[in-house]
Amino acid sequence: MDTWKPVAVVKDISPGTHTLRVMLDGEAVCLYDLEGEICATQDRCPHGNASLAEGYLEDGTIECPLHQGVFDIRSGKPQCPPVTTDLKRYGVKVEGDTILLRAEPA
Amino acid sequence: MSRGAIVIVGAGQAGGWAARTLREAGYGGRVVLLGAEPHAPYERPPLSKAVLAGEAAPETTGLFSADQLRELDIDFRPGVAARALRLDERVVRTADGQDLAYDKLLLCCGGRALVPRLPGVDLPGVHVLRTRDDALRLRQALGQGRRLAVVGGGWIGLEVAATARQMGCQVTVIEQAGRLCERSVMPGVSDYLADLHRAQGVALRLGAGLRGIAADGAALALALSSGPAIAGDAVVLGVGLQPNDELARAAGLACEGGVVVDEYCRASAPDVYAAGDVAVMPVAAAGRRLRLESWQNAQDQAVAAARSALGLGAPYAPTGAVWSEQYDAMIQIAGFLPRAAGEALRPLPAQRGLLSVALDAEGRAVAAVAVNAGRDFRQLRKWLAEGARPDPAVLARPDAPLATALCRPATAAA
Repeated sequence: MDTWKPVAVVKDISPGTHTLRVMLDGEAVCLYDLEGEICATQDRCPHGNASLAEGYLEDGTIECPLHQGVFDIRSGKPQCPPVTTDLKRYGVKVEGDTILLRAEPA
Repeated sequence: MSRGAIVIVGAGQAGGWAARTLREAGYGGRVVLLGAEPHAPYERPPLSKAVLAGEAAPETTGLFSADQLRELDIDFRPGVAARALRLDERVVRTADGQDLAYDKLLLCCGGRALVPRLPGVDLPGVHVLRTRDDALRLRQALGQGRRLAVVGGGWIGLEVAATARQMGCQVTVIEQAGRLCERSVMPGVSDYLADLHRAQGVALRLGAGLRGIAADGAALALALSSGPAIAGDAVVLGVGLQPNDELARAAGLACEGGVVVDEYCRASAPDVYAAGDVAVMPVAAAGRRLRLESWQNAQDQAVAAARSALGLGAPYAPTGAVWSEQYDAMIQIAGFLPRAAGEALRPLPAQRGLLSVALDAEGRAVAAVAVNAGRDFRQLRKWLAEGARPDPAVLARPDAPLATALCRPATAAA
């Protein structure tokens, strides 16, 4: 059973923010372009009402725009207060230009 | 550290983060956390929003999951307030009559809603909003067509007004000052907030102070210092916070409208620290002592105080970060207003937002507000940290990149 679903093409990811918010099965997902490596986590910050796609990406971490909580994008691990729970991660596959996701991390 | 115990008085945002920080920093002794409320530590911001609207269960605001609380391995005593401090003996007497010996004492006692001494404030139907239980009581009073009078046009009052309006209430906000949130934002932001609420159908009575409340059948009548009286089915008093510093004062600790601490969160007696809503601290950026009533400070200062208590302290410099959500407006604030002399504004029509930068007499950014502009807010916080001198004329043009507002010689006249 193939659970991979196409959600975007690589060039859709903003060159300014290196992020893109997409939907997968009704859930908001944030795509990240880490210098060519595409990663995906839940888009909503688990701490509050904010979209991580509007956050600030630096050295493989994403800073929430609302309370400046920071997560490691590859592991989903919280890095500093106020965030204390992991981000849900998604499996990512790039075929040609197309980004495909599945619910389970790769 | 012979007895090996740290006692934290108060189990809110500050008390919870203090306990967590002690463990994360490796403290292996006993940690006692006394909470006057029957609940585990929880975050208060949702109380005026999702919890009040019935969109989130009160339990979802908990600071820790049940697992996380267990893993902290603390002696948490819900529903047990502190009754007295005996600093010379290093003992806290609890409301249930126990004496707890401490090596270090962290006061995170917070505050309670200020109730003005006016006739009728104790009538049924008159609410305050501070605790989870307050939110559940107030929620029962709200609903389609109900008339709600909100006394106080600060953050609590405006958030309650927005939530109640979205629940279908007819809402009037009464504010004694001439503009909304006068103590925390510049006039351009107050105007934005007034427009936001009026557009949603909220009636604003600015420059009108509450004189008293009287029962009028099943309803309440509010007499004001100017203009006609207001009729309401319910009233919310959102006029400020009273710090819970009575214990500290009775014990002889220096208090000035809260427990006075230094930049290491140390109170005026050895081994006593304070953090959060109850603490009055020197704020260099403001040029004076302040007591900060915010979620961010409760967290950050508690982390700092706990580290100080373990001898790992560093000077704590608050950022003045505050946020509020009203309707579709996400409002983020940083910095301090005491030195503000002017304001530079940038309307953001596309996202129904706004940037406001408060400038001191030399044109340096001292405080900033961003509405619906999280990325811009990051830039503004950087300006505050650097004492940048943005050009108000460039700021005023939404099409000009923010960074270009700094493209002028530092020596230019403000």
